[in-house]
Amino acid sequence: MSTNKVIHALYNDDDVLMDAVKTVKGANHHIEEVFTPFPVHGLDKLLGLPQTRLAICAFLYGLCGLSFAIWMTNYMMIENWPQDIGGKPNFSWWLNMPAFVPIMFELTVFFAAHLMVITFYMRSRLWPFKEAENPDPRTTDDIFLMEIPVHDNEEELTALLSTTNAVEIKVIEKH
Amino acid sequence: MSSHYEAPIREPLVLGEKSYHDITMDIVKPIEGKANKNWYVAFTIALVAFLWGLGCIAYTISTGIGAWGLNKNIGWAWDITNFVWWVGIGHAGTLISAVLLLFRQKWRMAINRSAEAMTIFAVFQAGLFPIIHMGRPWNGYWVLPIPNQFGSLWVNFNSPLLWDVFAISTYLSVSLVFWWTGLLPDFAMIRDRAVKPFQKKIYALLSFGWSGRAKDWQRFEEVSLVLAGLATPLVLSVHTIVSMDFATSINPGWHSTIFPPYFVAGAIFSGFAMVQTLLGVMRKVTNLENYITRLHIEYMNIVIMVTGGIVAVAYASEFFIAWYTGSPYENYTYMSIGAATGPYGWAFWSLILFNIAIPQLLWIKKFRRSFIVSFLISIAINIGMWFERFDIIAIVLSKGHLPSTWTRFEPTFVDVGIFVGTIGFFFVLFLLYARTFPVIAQAEVKTIMKSSGEHYKQLRDGKNEH
Repeated sequence: MSTNKVIHALYNDDDVLMDAVKTVKGANHHIEEVFTPFPVHGLDKLLGLPQTRLAICAFLYGLCGLSFAIWMTNYMMIENWPQDIGGKPNFSWWLNMPAFVPIMFELTVFFAAHLMVITFYMRSRLWPFKEAENPDPRTTDDIFLMEIPVHDNEEELTALLSTTNAVEIKVIEKH
Repeated sequence: MSSHYEAPIREPLVLGEKSYHDITMDIVKPIEGKANKNWYVAFTIALVAFLWGLGCIAYTISTGIGAWGLNKNIGWAWDITNFVWWVGIGHAGTLISAVLLLFRQKWRMAINRSAEAMTIFAVFQAGLFPIIHMGRPWNGYWVLPIPNQFGSLWVNFNSPLLWDVFAISTYLSVSLVFWWTGLLPDFAMIRDRAVKPFQKKIYALLSFGWSGRAKDWQRFEEVSLVLAGLATPLVLSVHTIVSMDFATSINPGWHSTIFPPYFVAGAIFSGFAMVQTLLGVMRKVTNLENYITRLHIEYMNIVIMVTGGIVAVAYASEFFIAWYTGSPYENYTYMSIGAATGPYGWAFWSLILFNIAIPQLLWIKKFRRSFIVSFLISIAINIGMWFERFDIIAIVLSKGHLPSTWTRFEPTFVDVGIFVGTIGFFFVLFLLYARTFPVIAQAEVKTIMKSSGEHYKQLRDGKNEH
């Protein structure tokens, strides 16, 4: 089967990689994945990756935290067991609210930060005992790897990639 | 090359002619190599201090808080001093990793990892003190808003002490995930190099299977930015709330509206001093002189000067207002003529000397860029900031509203022992960290090589001779 075949083109410089991505994209080939040792700025746009929505998630999680804090302070301090503490008004959440601002703030941050990070870990499939999926161990050191699926055009692709200053070009059968 | 342009007038942040692989090699060297004799000596000293502290904690809990030098007037002294001191030290880490990220300061990349580690380890120490001070730490869960057998008697959300519980635990846990997320690519780098099977397993576990896809990096950068945005107000809120432990009370000397900004500035002041102390030693021991350069030391010293200046102005205004009220009671607060000439005069003058006088040496550029002078000044600031908290607490409480109750606080060996123990614990954690963790965010440093590396800057400026 030729459908599982991919080409791995390895580069040792981020600028060379960017040029190579432009060349491959310009020749209308699909780039399956790029593995890099550090964030290369502008690479996501070049690959046509959609903008991540994690920041929007964080905002919504923050709203959840704020709502939870409002519910909790109201339930515990006003409804369930109102107490006169230092003469602060205990019959109305709104009048007692200034004393709850720190709690509301902290829980907003707590929910937004932790739930966003958990979402990130789930979406990018990161957790303890997860097997790493980078095809070459050097991609966390100084090698940039571009993966292109082959559809009966192995020679054409190899010829194109050899013009992009790749340090290595490998054809691999993926399982 | 044009996208990597940086003004030639800016000093390079990474010295020497380094490739990406060279950075990898420099960062993994302390992890893959063997510890030298100095490391074992330092570790043993820290461990002994830690064990001594543990013994003092056990003694306190088994006999009661009476083992400390507290009395009826001075109900908290060393413990809360140490608590505020450690929390304050933690603030530099978050400032470097969050605030400087928002301001796009590239120099933070060499020091953020260690500063965040310092934050987390310092907050551990801080958290110990309120828990021990409870006397019955096994009842510590009473600070949590959980349904209970007392007929749902809830916690008091009006109390700054409970705000502290929420602030410190949010601060610790958010700092921890911020730190860990940044560590994933660096753990992955060590994992992919490791040859020993056990080491490979451990770093594979720690790296959460990080692979470095383009999409992962896009999310990683977004998460870092949003976390920085969340951590910035968080770090300011934490010491604000700590200062409210004092400011919301009705004691003159504590009941002061300038406490929140003044405490936050003091926290950053002391935190940067601790970063200087730690990195001044670490850059030598781990051979990272090319990454933590004179320029980094100077930048940190400038932050110390700014925050130290804010603190000095706060002292001056406290002193002036205390005098200006004309109230005799104000003459016994920690910033007053009474304090300067009273039985705690030595503590007052230590504060002035270590926190205000000595840091002024940093106005001299030569001192600001000197490793040894910066190191010595940072030690002085660490001492000075401890005295600041001690003065605020012990001096104010020692002279209450009723002169017949005036008394002094004398620490016992248990007070001192627990403090020494937390310093030991802190260094045990930090020394273990320095041997097993990537102490510089290498993935981030690689992104600034072409703009701020010495070699690339020279190539760009057409100065090939070296």
